[in-house]
Amino acid sequence: MLIRIDADGVILSGLGQGGVYRTLTRNRGYCRVSRFTPHTEEDVREMLDVIGVETLDDLFADVSPKFEGELDLPPALSEYEALRDVDRLAKENVSGFPIFLGAGAYDRIVPSTVGAIISRGEFLTSYTPYQPEISQGTLQSIFEFQSIISELTGLEVSNASVYDGANAVAEAALMTARLTKRDPKVAVSKGLNPRYREVIETYRVEVVELPFEDGTTDFSETPDDVSGVFVQSPNFFGVVEDVGASEAAHGVGALCVAVCDPISLAVLEAPGNLGADVAVGEAQPLGMPLLFGGPYAGYMATDQKSVRQLPGRICGETVDRDGKLAYVLTLRGREQDIRRAKANSNICTNQALTALAATVYTALMGPEGLREVAELSVSKAHYLAERLQASGFRLRYPEAPFLWEFVVELPDVKKANQALLDAGMVGGLDLGDGGMLVAVTEKRTKEELDAFVGVVADAG
Amino acid sequence: MLDNLIRTKGREGRRGYTLPNNDVGETSLEKVLPKEALRKEKPRLAEVDEPTVVRHYTNLSRQNWGIDTNFYPLGSCTMKHNPRANEVAANTPGFAGLHPLQPEAQAQGALRVMHELQGFLSEVSGLPAVSLQPLAGAQGELTSILMVKKFFEDNGDDGRTTVLVPSTAHGTNPATASMADFGAKEIGLDEHGCVDVDELRELVDETTAALMITNPNTCGVFERNMKEISEVLHEAGAFLYMDGANMNANLGRMRPAEAGVDVMHFNLHKTFSTPHGGGGPGCGAIACSETLAPFLPDPAVERDGENYVFVRPDNSIGRVAGFHGNFGQMLRAWNYIKMHGPDLRDVTDMAVLNANYVRARLGGTYQVPYDELCKHEVVVQPPKGIKALDIAKGLIDHGYHPPTIYFPLVVKEAMLIEPTETESKETLDDFVGALLELAESRPEELEEAPTHAPTRRLDEARAARQLKARW
Repeated sequence: MLIRIDADGVILSGLGQGGVYRTLTRNRGYCRVSRFTPHTEEDVREMLDVIGVETLDDLFADVSPKFEGELDLPPALSEYEALRDVDRLAKENVSGFPIFLGAGAYDRIVPSTVGAIISRGEFLTSYTPYQPEISQGTLQSIFEFQSIISELTGLEVSNASVYDGANAVAEAALMTARLTKRDPKVAVSKGLNPRYREVIETYRVEVVELPFEDGTTDFSETPDDVSGVFVQSPNFFGVVEDVGASEAAHGVGALCVAVCDPISLAVLEAPGNLGADVAVGEAQPLGMPLLFGGPYAGYMATDQKSVRQLPGRICGETVDRDGKLAYVLTLRGREQDIRRAKANSNICTNQALTALAATVYTALMGPEGLREVAELSVSKAHYLAERLQASGFRLRYPEAPFLWEFVVELPDVKKANQALLDAGMVGGLDLGDGGMLVAVTEKRTKEELDAFVGVVADAG
Repeated sequence: MLDNLIRTKGREGRRGYTLPNNDVGETSLEKVLPKEALRKEKPRLAEVDEPTVVRHYTNLSRQNWGIDTNFYPLGSCTMKHNPRANEVAANTPGFAGLHPLQPEAQAQGALRVMHELQGFLSEVSGLPAVSLQPLAGAQGELTSILMVKKFFEDNGDDGRTTVLVPSTAHGTNPATASMADFGAKEIGLDEHGCVDVDELRELVDETTAALMITNPNTCGVFERNMKEISEVLHEAGAFLYMDGANMNANLGRMRPAEAGVDVMHFNLHKTFSTPHGGGGPGCGAIACSETLAPFLPDPAVERDGENYVFVRPDNSIGRVAGFHGNFGQMLRAWNYIKMHGPDLRDVTDMAVLNANYVRARLGGTYQVPYDELCKHEVVVQPPKGIKALDIAKGLIDHGYHPPTIYFPLVVKEAMLIEPTETESKETLDDFVGALLELAESRPEELEEAPTHAPTRRLDEARAARQLKARW
């Protein structure tokens, strides 16, 4: 029998023979776990009686092999102590500095309203909306998310989101194989975020690499047996790509998948209008904090005729028995819980809460606000690029059009990044070949941009 | 028909957010981009002010039920209370503002959280290696099975084509096997609702790569032969994968490694209280044996003297997420485990107590197909002549979120009830009372339910037939 002494010096004894009920105490205030579990000692006794067993151990009579020891975990902390640790560890991170890193995650402004809405318990603590009568909040927000993605991409139908941008890309690769009835094999270039490419490969899709020169992809020699051709624009190096990908893809009977930053779609032509069959991307720039890489949300959109091969949840409009308009998860025959081994993906959940963040963000911004976020970023990035060039640094792709991310050649990127850090800034991504990939968002001020140039110039 | 979408509440020119002024002078898009790259038509998005946005989404939230508003005994989903301290942790600026590509030296606090959480999950499972990268339970499954696949490929054993899946399995299990290019073969149950070990012996051969087992299984019954099952598989050179969706029944009571499990996933959003958020984001961390550890996703976090570093496991399957996984969920789960310590076992004890109490109280009126000890959830069937669907909708009118219905597939009219440990005896008594009352109802009366919810029953066929998925 395990006996413990609580903070008041009251001895807590086990229940029954070997039945250890360690945390029950009359003084609830000192019972660590029980702030989340309401059971009093009396409740436990009554419930065990109804069940017809004597001890809690008896409830595990069928468990084999039993774990008889005590978990070797640090002792339970109060909320105050636990959060003190959180604060202490947070201080071991470099944060609060201006960030010039992008490469798939962007340090953008998150309006306060976004956090206020997504922390409402009715959204935060609900499950997948399987019971539509009591889930209209989540369902309508998904419908609005889908509408926003459809509008931005110029494609007819969007899903309710997938795990992240990389997984949206990988799911799109598999989707092209199903739609073309070819083996999963896709053409990409170095312009595709290398992390996206890695996830495609993990998903056992063959990848052929297209030539990449002067910052853009050459689609002219696309192999004729691929199921999909991927074009990321702006690409990994920030360059707005030519739009020849869809002709190249369709020319070999493959589908064209466009990978787009949703903020860029406020100012760039919608991929659906440029011949893309599928558009995917990372929704993080729409109101999600960086949070060391997640949770974010991936978006996926396609045309109506391909909708049955779209993975994940889709929310559709319908009516209830009184004829009242309502929303429900639909085309469920595509999904794993119905089709099991024949489902078009094993994906179960979407990223409802982060998709809601994107929905609220977009509502706050509106089309003009999104455009302004894009324009501010463009202005600031071009200001920085010009200042760097004026200080004698070369852009890697000086002729290529870009929005808010570009590669600058530096004599020693590591040294420059260290100097930036010493000056209270997080520098760009070291590409390992003398290039620094620099991202500039609407958050960066002229003062920060000027300081960046000064530090990099001094670092030599 | 009038909808209530955010777009209908706007007027052209309204704005919900003000951005900082442009302090560097404007660069015109026409100057820096080719004309054909520019957008011609403005997207048709809502143009609304901030008060309208707040009221719209607040009112939408009120049409939703969550754990915060109602008892939510949804089987296999572990809808336990989500401590708010976890939200504070995940919103701490020193973490929320951290870019995933900041070098390791700039993210030591975050790496330490990941390293400690890896250690906690290793202790709970008994398995030595952990990856936190998978973004959801289904992806944890896929990651595990891809590791098994790569193990055989790297060993030149290309005859391993089959993954065995019990008939009680979650739908994600066979779908995962297919996605990893395995054939899924179903295996039947014995009289306790457990994997039929005799059938397993017949099915397992040199083509078997793995068995995907859920323990406790989706009938809420403990797979008591798991050790023997693992031996049968290991003798044939195959692996035992455990779907950890039901780990809330095992904390401190059973460690999968000791039952012969080679690889498993956790749902941090079930067992370790990170919020479900209306269907995600989650975190499907996995744990595995020394044999499979070299195949874990890239990167894993290791300790190198005083520092924490990212490393690529030697034979890694690659990455399954764009960055390091859903770090926000890791922080929440880490905080939750720290607030429990070894007392995690009490979580399991109270969860199992609650489920068995409901089982005992319902028995006699509802049929309990496997009427022996259950673990954290119990599967029941309504009295003859009443549909599970109707009971479920009737429960809504009583103020309860329905249990999972028509799952597991092996039980007709199944209702899978998982109360979780965070519910009181009074809540369970009231819930049982409602179920007993509904069992006495006339079927035609029940068929009308719900009548007190934000909507009545929906025409789901129409949604699919006339797909309208956007404004």
